Amino acid sequence: MEQHELIEKVKVTCQDSIVRIEEMPNDDVLVEIKKEEILSVMDILKNDPELKFSISNHLGVDNGENYAVIYNLYSYPFKHKITVKACLDHEHPEIDSVESIFQGMNWFERETYDLLGIKFTGHSNLKRLLLPPDWEGHPLRKDYVYPDFYNQIDNRRPDLCD
Amino acid sequence: MIEKLNIVNRLPEDPILTTVDRALNLVRANSLWYLLMGLACCSIELMQTGGPRSDIDRFGSLFRATPRQSDLMIVAGTITLKMASRLKLLYEQMADPKYVIAMGSCANCGGLFDLTYSVLRGVDKIIPVDVYVPGCPPRPEALTEGLIKIQEKVKKEKYFTK
Repeated sequence: MEQHELIEKVKVTCQDSIVRIEEMPNDDVLVEIKKEEILSVMDILKNDPELKFSISNHLGVDNGENYAVIYNLYSYPFKHKITVKACLDHEHPEIDSVESIFQGMNWFERETYDLLGIKFTGHSNLKRLLLPPDWEGHPLRKDYVYPDFYNQIDNRRPDLCD
Repeated sequence: MIEKLNIVNRLPEDPILTTVDRALNLVRANSLWYLLMGLACCSIELMQTGGPRSDIDRFGSLFRATPRQSDLMIVAGTITLKMASRLKLLYEQMADPKYVIAMGSCANCGGLFDLTYSVLRGVDKIIPVDVYVPGCPPRPEALTEGLIKIQEKVKKEKYFTK
């Protein structure tokens, strides 16, 4: 299936969920979807006999005015690439967990929660993955302020001008 | 003639004189067992230093995997804030007298990770350091030099004499 055929196929199968769909360099296809429809879109992409996508990567982005989650999918039988993107509002970044469809997303979503504070509803174990459990804030957010102290350890930077 | 060369017969004539401090320190300085505190890429260089080419076993230094049998802690690598409390706990479990080598830029001052939110800016913020070895990572020769500096420090210590 060529790139434009894949676009047509995705347009037909998940027509109501798509905000925009366009070709990307390197044989990739970008699909921006409504965040409420993430589970149905992922279900179609995984189980449709002409698509059969597996997930290969997951990202969270802080754009300043909003957050976005990005899923990179790859179809091993048909060698297609697709990138699924959903925008979340800035006050309450929240989206359904796709762990029920792709089990391996468990740790990916925990990492995104840890570093960006995006909540994945329906996740089985949404705890911090990398940072200690008592850490405050989500460090990859644009408005994050570095802590001066952690557990009474002074971690202020020396002023290099002194 | 043969009787003169016999060391047992020679002892009453030429006794070896020293102080208890010097004899003790000589023994201690040549049996500095170090704790395996490999935290990042510096630990590869630490393994090289223990390997056959530079071989710090020659100086009586062996690696120990438990703080209870160690005299020296070689902090090799980046200390994250999550690891810092564990590192301090391990240091407190070592028996006195104990020594610390901060190996590499990260253990000295945070090094490459100075601008990040999660890395401790130098191991001397939580435990006292005896010798700083610069480099990213230091070569085995540099770490061996650091060990010799620790030995010099050990040999100067006094217990019974003032």
